Amino acid sequence: MSVPLTQPFLEVRGVKKKYGNVEALRGIDLKAYTGEILAIVGDNGAGKSTIIKTLSGAIAPDSGEIIVAGQKYHKLKPKTALAAGISTVYQDLALVNTLDIADNIFLGREYKTKIFCLDRKRMRQEAKELLGQLKIQIPFLHAEVGDLSGGQRQSVAIARAVHQGGRLLIFDEPTAAMGVKETITILKLIKSLAQQGLGIIVISHNIEQVFQISDRICVMRQGEVVGLVKTDEVHPNDVIAMITGAVDINNRGRE
Amino acid sequence: MEMRVRLQRIFPQLLLSGVLLLLIVALSLTSEYFLSWENFRNILDQSSVHILLAIGMTFVIASGGIDLSVGNVAALSGVVMAVAMKSGTEVLPAVFLGFLTALLFGLVNGLVISYIKVNPFITTLATMSIARGAALILTGGVSIYGFSADFKFWGTGSIGPINPPILLAFIFLIVGLFLLSYTLWGKYSLALGGNGEALRRTGANVNFYQISIYCFSTLCAAAAGLIMTARLNSAAPLAGATYEMNAIAAVVLGGASMKGGKASIFGTFIGCLTLGVLRNGLTMLAVPTYYQQLFTGIIILVAIIVSELRSKAEQ
Repeated sequence: MSVPLTQPFLEVRGVKKKYGNVEALRGIDLKAYTGEILAIVGDNGAGKSTIIKTLSGAIAPDSGEIIVAGQKYHKLKPKTALAAGISTVYQDLALVNTLDIADNIFLGREYKTKIFCLDRKRMRQEAKELLGQLKIQIPFLHAEVGDLSGGQRQSVAIARAVHQGGRLLIFDEPTAAMGVKETITILKLIKSLAQQGLGIIVISHNIEQVFQISDRICVMRQGEVVGLVKTDEVHPNDVIAMITGAVDINNRGRE
Repeated sequence: MEMRVRLQRIFPQLLLSGVLLLLIVALSLTSEYFLSWENFRNILDQSSVHILLAIGMTFVIASGGIDLSVGNVAALSGVVMAVAMKSGTEVLPAVFLGFLTALLFGLVNGLVISYIKVNPFITTLATMSIARGAALILTGGVSIYGFSADFKFWGTGSIGPINPPILLAFIFLIVGLFLLSYTLWGKYSLALGGNGEALRRTGANVNFYQISIYCFSTLCAAAAGLIMTARLNSAAPLAGATYEMNAIAAVVLGGASMKGGKASIFGTFIGCLTLGVLRNGLTMLAVPTYYQQLFTGIIILVAIIVSELRSKAEQ
């Protein structure tokens, strides 16, 4: 179900955000498409986290607009972002370690039997099917998330984002503090999600990784988008130069 | 692997059940009166107030909080019931007023903790003092006694082989078990303590859950207050002091983590029974009551240390 690249699923127009005197975002324009992996790179303080928080509904921008699937928003709330089809896999994963896998995947979207009871049987069954579809290997469903490895926990968080019905998944540093083998598994999973037609935005510090998986790269610096390039048309060194401010390929936004 | 992990998860409850069994065997050997239905009924009766408070506390601790106000709120609820009845109110409306008072305290606890984000320990320490003060003001510092048979029934009546306090404790136990294991409310209580931020990000109304947990806790306290007052046929303004300690001890003994996210109603029940059997045994062995408080403190300390070491070992 590949969607033509002419119709962005998400469009960010002139989004600005100030924290006191600090301009975290100075008018961001951005488009994300389904079936595509867009990487957002930039140094600390470039505004990557702020733009992600804006898209997931954690913070409200001061101005600008966010268009999701043709619908215009001035700000998103966590619930509206999810309903619009944007799911975020946070760097801290936002999992409850003391609950089991199905309880975590269905956190906030539980099935109920009658008015009061949780339909755990149905949720476990669906969780099992979902993990199977995504080819995620988990020892057993009753395991508490706290007992899983870092990669498995990341997989559960991804499964939840997919289950939330997200058509655009945002990953904040998905492989930070993860082993080599697990990193490969997670990157494969992210790629396969894009192939299945989901839109992906990945925030990463790791330039090598960004070149492995992304279709396009958005470079941010000091609250601005300073470069928006196709991954296979650019050299890693150019991207690094843009991040550090050594060159400015698009000559945008620097007065 | 699966079996091992499951066993590991209920290990605290198994361990505590073992301790309780050992205690029962030891006391049976030392005292010929210990192992009898009368004495067991007595232990259940004496434990009923503690069970009620501990069930509410289980949800509070599961959510990563603590409720120090419950002992004093129980006393205040009893006092409100007594004052209402003495001024001519019927039993049922009077009891209702007592529960309403407790609910108000739960609401204040919950609102301050969730919206103003004050530490639960500090918040409930303050409302604990407010409840005690209110009870003293309402009574003028002296106990109110002498109630109708309808009211006394809740403390001293009998229903078949058991009595209303035991029945009430068991009803709350079953309700607690149901709520924690099978409902969204129970799951979110645990999620709040396990990772409240994760729950908030799903868009769940975290404040609502937090407030309702503290309300449930004080409603349990009101039920305890009803029993305490009816049993003694007297509403004492200083009743129920340090009962919150017993409740916390039972919950932690039952395998709950003080950090939140982990709790068990069955564990809490076994914890209450253990403390009840211990109190009963110490009394039988003629150990002065002053020591019992000392023991409770030591037990809490040991239980918290063990729970802390366990969660460190798991990481």
